[in-house]
Amino acid sequence: MGTIQPRVEGQVNDESTLVHAAKAGDISAFEELVKRYDRNVFRIAQHITQNREDAEDVVQDAFLKAYQNLANFQEQSKFYTWLVRIAVNEALMRLRRRRPERMVSLDEDIKTEEDSMPREVADWAPNPEQLYGQGELKEILGKTIQGLPPSFRTVFVLRDVEGLSTEETADALDLSIPAVKSRLLRARLQLRERLSKYFKNRAGGDGKK
Amino acid sequence: MTCSEFLKELTDYLDNTMDPQTKAELEDHLQWCHNCYVVCNTTKMTIEIYRDSHLYELPDDLRGRLRSAILRKCQGSS
Repeated sequence: MGTIQPRVEGQVNDESTLVHAAKAGDISAFEELVKRYDRNVFRIAQHITQNREDAEDVVQDAFLKAYQNLANFQEQSKFYTWLVRIAVNEALMRLRRRRPERMVSLDEDIKTEEDSMPREVADWAPNPEQLYGQGELKEILGKTIQGLPPSFRTVFVLRDVEGLSTEETADALDLSIPAVKSRLLRARLQLRERLSKYFKNRAGGDGKK
Repeated sequence: MTCSEFLKELTDYLDNTMDPQTKAELEDHLQWCHNCYVVCNTTKMTIEIYRDSHLYELPDDLRGRLRSAILRKCQGSS
């Protein structure tokens, strides 16, 4: 069985040149950084906030904060990792505002071992995404990830959707590597469990050999 | 190897970040444990479906508006 390979982001070679130029006040260099990463920041923000307006505000505020704090960026990590850290904090702040009654924290380590234990072990259809139309599929995926605790879906989106390494994710979220791995495993298993009801192989019986 | 031991190693297995010996033990377990095979395979599919889903893509018109607003605010703040 093949393994998952991380999405490799290109265009990193001249990133520090752009960052240096932006630090020196070159707004067009900063615009290039915005063009490079605005889609990623929007995706991350919408995954965390689950709200389109909040995601739009997060994109604007995260880039503005990054611009205003460029002088403090020590370049010990990649610019993108630093930007993600700012965006995640902005997104969590908006989520807390919208849901003041619920605890929203990245430190949240909900003990849900039983939720991560696989119960549904029927195999899936060979091309499960083709069982639904594009719009319906997005609705299923959106609804499913929305059900995860914010700390789980944040780790999942950074690692598995955006392709950050475990180390970069830990750095961006200020979590330890074991904490990232533990949340990632539980996020993956819970999503798998929930998607099984949509994607299981109905023609294949109960999945037993 | 038990199923719960397998499950603990699943993330490192899918990410291919484990030593060859542990990987061989996991693959041996997968040979005979159908449930773990299914969980492993469908977890991999879960990741791939989300990665390829284009969920929450930024539409071009909104992208243009956001970029103009960002640059306006940056220029106003400097």
